[in-house]
Amino acid sequence: MSTPSEPAITATGLRRSFGDQLVLDGIDLDVPRGTVFSLLGANGAGKTTTVKILSTLIAADGGSARVAGHDVAAEPDAVRAAIGVTGQFSAVDNLLTGRENLTLMADLHHLGRAAGRRRVADLLDRFDLADAAGKPVAAYSGGMRRRLDLAMTLVGTPQVIFLDEPTTGLDPRSRRGMWQIVRDLVADGVTIFLTTQYLEEADELADRIAVLHRGTIVAEGTADELKRRIPGGHVLLRFAGPSELESAARLMGGAAPDGDALALRVPHDGSVRELKALLDRLDAGAVDVDSMSLHTPDLDDVFLALTGGPAHETGDEKVATR
Amino acid sequence: MSTMAYALTDSATMLRRNLRRMIRYPSMTVLLVGMPVVLLLLFVYVFGGALGAGIGGPAGGRAEYVNYVTPAIILMTITSVIQGTSISVTMDMTEGIIDRFRTMAIARVSVLTGHVLGSLLQAMLAIAAVLGFAVLIGFRPTAGPGDWLALTGVLAMMSFAFVWLAVALGLASKTVESSSNVGMPLMLLPFVGSGFVPTDSMPTALRWFAEYQPFTPLIETIRGLLLGTPIGASGWLAVGWCAVITLGGYLWSRRLFNRESTR
Repeated sequence: MSTPSEPAITATGLRRSFGDQLVLDGIDLDVPRGTVFSLLGANGAGKTTTVKILSTLIAADGGSARVAGHDVAAEPDAVRAAIGVTGQFSAVDNLLTGRENLTLMADLHHLGRAAGRRRVADLLDRFDLADAAGKPVAAYSGGMRRRLDLAMTLVGTPQVIFLDEPTTGLDPRSRRGMWQIVRDLVADGVTIFLTTQYLEEADELADRIAVLHRGTIVAEGTADELKRRIPGGHVLLRFAGPSELESAARLMGGAAPDGDALALRVPHDGSVRELKALLDRLDAGAVDVDSMSLHTPDLDDVFLALTGGPAHETGDEKVATR
Repeated sequence: MSTMAYALTDSATMLRRNLRRMIRYPSMTVLLVGMPVVLLLLFVYVFGGALGAGIGGPAGGRAEYVNYVTPAIILMTITSVIQGTSISVTMDMTEGIIDRFRTMAIARVSVLTGHVLGSLLQAMLAIAAVLGFAVLIGFRPTAGPGDWLALTGVLAMMSFAFVWLAVALGLASKTVESSSNVGMPLMLLPFVGSGFVPTDSMPTALRWFAEYQPFTPLIETIRGLLLGTPIGASGWLAVGWCAVITLGGYLWSRRLFNRESTR
């Protein structure tokens, strides 16, 4: 049964293959209620398959999953009643208008005439679609279509929302708009399961991030935890002349001076305390520093270190197979 | 509300959606209704004189042939309309919206029943239009009120059966292009039956096929109700065939719809 303290999503050992291709090889998930969880991975990593299993579209070959307190395999209808899914490909009826699409959802959620109409009007306003409400969706721009898609998902006030690459193919402005919408949803207490191939997006939105690579989760944690897991953070000090560089190198010991660039690279974990200690030492040694910059590893570094490959692989298999 | 009540309200919602789509995209309906009308004109005015002379009868000729061919054209109106059913089912299945429906707590069958009811309505309206057109060019039915009532029931039964079959064919098609061709055999079968010429004018092997294939009793039933020709065993055979086609189409559809979406 569903209890308030139970996590929004749990999964243990999810496995799934298509033919002889193993797509998911034992995924464990634990997403607390009211948080944003991001599944980060390149194309073909298994993100969409995970969403499809959790949203009852396909069955897992092995393992189990519970969403909103219900087992996805045993009680799919209870799961469906609690979730909303916005997939990678727009799930709107192109021949209907925006309002008709939303009304269709209101009717299928049995909201009743008056309540349904109110909900539709609210969502049209909230997603900035009121002006285009009477136009057929076929005439909508990509960003509008995505907003309508998400609005349709929200008609039934779901507790858990799956967003499968919600900003892929959107321009930067629409992407920021989508991020704001996601933040507002979380503020309302909704749980969001977000897949993305953009590290920046996961960094911006997610409370916790899991990096999915070839069907397994290779790392999980907050964005900061993930960044801390890999080396590469340092402070770069630049000097006006070789004598300053030399005295600073003596002072720091162990740091590698670069005579040509008149720069010193000091390993650093990014914390303020250590930075202050560093500056104090330079101050005490009366070394004149020309400029200083702090380098923390970003998620791209994390991704490269964890998967041994670039975050963005070329080619888009999914479009080709459709 | 009970599960059954949800199934009904959801089906009604889906029906509204499909009717709206038909109105939004009328060229398909026009094309599907235009097809039997063109065939009617072709058979009455191009072939009608010669074929009418062949079937004899009191008046003979073209006027006689309008009466002979109209029941077959009515049946072909159904087989024409259901090509639209296959196409719109395939369109639904290949667009993202089907995955949305599948992840909602709705009566699943309503996705299909919405198409079935919409097409049924479309077929009945198309038949009325084609029948009206046939009367304009000289079709003279002799049916009484009871016959018309029975005819309406029989045509609804036939439409229902073929619509379910078309839904299954639409689900089985991978692309909209292939689903627009998949109903073709159904358009051709009435030719190899009693629809356009009496079966006893055919060579033996073909005649055997023509007499036992499902379209012949369907056409004979329609013809009997409209024109008072003897129906005989055709009535029960038509009911039997429709029951088989409906059940087969429904079960096949259900199986195809419940398989995993892999696209």
